[in-house]
Amino acid sequence: MTLTVAPVKKPRSRKIGMPYLLLLPGMLWLITFFLIPILTLVKTSVNMDLKNYDPTSAATGSFWGNFWEAFRTHEAPFARSFIYALAATLIALCIAYPLAYGIAFKAGRWKNVLLVLVVAPFFTSFILRTIAWKQILGQQGPVFHLLLNLHLVTYQSHITASAGAVIAGLSYNFLPFMTLPLYSSLERIDPRTLEASGDLYANAFTTFRKVTLPLSLPGVVAGTLLTFIPAAGDYVNAEILGNPSTTMIGNVINAQFLRTSNYTLAAALSFVFMVMIIGIVLFYISRAGTEELV
Amino acid sequence: MSHSEESKNLESSLHGLAESFLSRRALLAGAGGLGAASLLGLGETSSASAAAKKTVRWANWGLYLDYDNKSHKYPTLEAFKKATGYNATYQEAIDDNDSFTAKVAPQLRIKRDIGYDVVVPTEWMASQWVANKWVQRFDDAAVPNKKNVLPFLANRPFDPGRHYSLPWAGIIAGVAWNKKALPKGINTLDQLFSNSNKGRIEVLSEMRDTVGLVMMWQGTDISKPFSADKFHNAVDFIAKKVKDGYIRQIKGQSYSEDLVSGDAIAVIGWSGDINQLNLQNGNQFGFAIPESGGTFSTDNMMIPSTSPNKAGAEALINYYYDPVVAAKVANYITYICPVAGAQEAMAKINPAQAKNTLIFPDEKMWAKLKVFRDLTKKEKSDFSTAFQAASGNG
Repeated sequence: MTLTVAPVKKPRSRKIGMPYLLLLPGMLWLITFFLIPILTLVKTSVNMDLKNYDPTSAATGSFWGNFWEAFRTHEAPFARSFIYALAATLIALCIAYPLAYGIAFKAGRWKNVLLVLVVAPFFTSFILRTIAWKQILGQQGPVFHLLLNLHLVTYQSHITASAGAVIAGLSYNFLPFMTLPLYSSLERIDPRTLEASGDLYANAFTTFRKVTLPLSLPGVVAGTLLTFIPAAGDYVNAEILGNPSTTMIGNVINAQFLRTSNYTLAAALSFVFMVMIIGIVLFYISRAGTEELV
Repeated sequence: MSHSEESKNLESSLHGLAESFLSRRALLAGAGGLGAASLLGLGETSSASAAAKKTVRWANWGLYLDYDNKSHKYPTLEAFKKATGYNATYQEAIDDNDSFTAKVAPQLRIKRDIGYDVVVPTEWMASQWVANKWVQRFDDAAVPNKKNVLPFLANRPFDPGRHYSLPWAGIIAGVAWNKKALPKGINTLDQLFSNSNKGRIEVLSEMRDTVGLVMMWQGTDISKPFSADKFHNAVDFIAKKVKDGYIRQIKGQSYSEDLVSGDAIAVIGWSGDINQLNLQNGNQFGFAIPESGGTFSTDNMMIPSTSPNKAGAEALINYYYDPVVAAKVANYITYICPVAGAQEAMAKINPAQAKNTLIFPDEKMWAKLKVFRDLTKKEKSDFSTAFQAASGNG
């Protein structure tokens, strides 16, 4: 017996060390490029007093005081970020679901071509695509002319420089992030479950409602998260397609950092925004994970 | 479905997403994407290491150098290359002072090459560059044409004797409009902010120009000491026009694109831009200094402290201070020419332009122009915070 125990012990001790060793590169990466920057961010957020901000004074701010001040004075752009991102996520979901469904179940041999087309926009720069939208929706663009001819707008009105244009831009720019996870979860559905549903006298709509939709919900959750998070933090769409009344929190952070050089406020806003996003995501995942999906 | 199952599903669906990206990437590599990328990379490193000594890299504002639409080249810059043997690159890298400076400041602080040997910030920003020691002092022997700078610009408070900077051009901010939409033109700020222009007005993100124009319209002399209230009154007016939907956007020089596309029909903009837009798009736009006055400042050529090619930069600055070259540039960009003798040279190139008061202002023109006074550090912070708040960023 003693002979057999000894060789067993050795591999086990190696097994305990192994996971930590495998984690090491990732941990080092996260510490260097995530943890340290976050700590710097927090430090910067309190290095001046935001309540009585004066760049020439040496007074530092209090931890909670500065975050509260940053939030309190920027409720509107925070609210706009989340509302626009939510609207864009819903629009992207409505467009992407039928698209992903079509590719997964109806595309046949065109499946791969269509998937390439979904990611094709990534081959050009994000900013260029957004500027293209400005041209498309602009005063001399096709959309405006069509609406003008249909008498839905007057020459005095404009489509760009509005909240609608910002949301449209966000929905478009993050559409692939919605489509791909939806496709991947739809594509994995076992066709036999759909047949079984039919065998049990469910019509097409009931099959979709009772079988396809619930089975694709993981894709919906992944897609909405991948769309909502970057959309809420985006500032390019609001910068190019919006007006000064449609600025999102990213624009404010950008301006505070680059124009007024108020690094304290920029850092505090970034931190508050990050905490809010984490809160929303945790809430969403816990809800989606327990009740909605059963 | 339990919580853990759900998160597992989420995980696998994210994994599936990663996989589909991976296969796309493999597809790209097959199509030669990787090959092209590595070629590009190679090109970049070789040009950076071998040619940096000789190439003068110039960052300037848009619409700011004579340009030939046919050859897609800058004639005077080509002539500079031929005359001096230096290679030169020209980039319209500056859209406004704040964003450009903020972009390069981190590198200037740690003394790393910012990628430019000549930069052209506006005077108030140039004075900050000088104060921060981000610029190199000219070797006067290498810039003999320095003597040609107009006397009233030779001893500005931020750089008396012009040891670190020379004006590239004088800029006037005023109002511009689309002639087709507004055949009567604009002479006052009341007309600029009239109901018929609602939603089609753009103003500059340069605080001193936009707020300066409004302050002058409200009766404040911006070149003399004024109280913070006067400034905030003007910002409040702008904020109200934003809120009521009159002002479409507040932006840097890219307002010119919106004028061309028709998205904007009335703007606060810069004098020379409009003339160049007219040259490129058929005489569509008008420019005027409002009756209440316009702002004047200069953009200044400087050599960043990090430049490895000071000699080349000096050669370039010296070249453009030759009156004949300056006249050629002014003939195209139609901004105020800061070089003495250029007006005489212009008379030979284009006699009509020699009388253009937007290039060579007369007494009457100067009387309409004011320079925004220097701000203290506290004022600068307070004022730009207020202006950013009005721009929706505060």
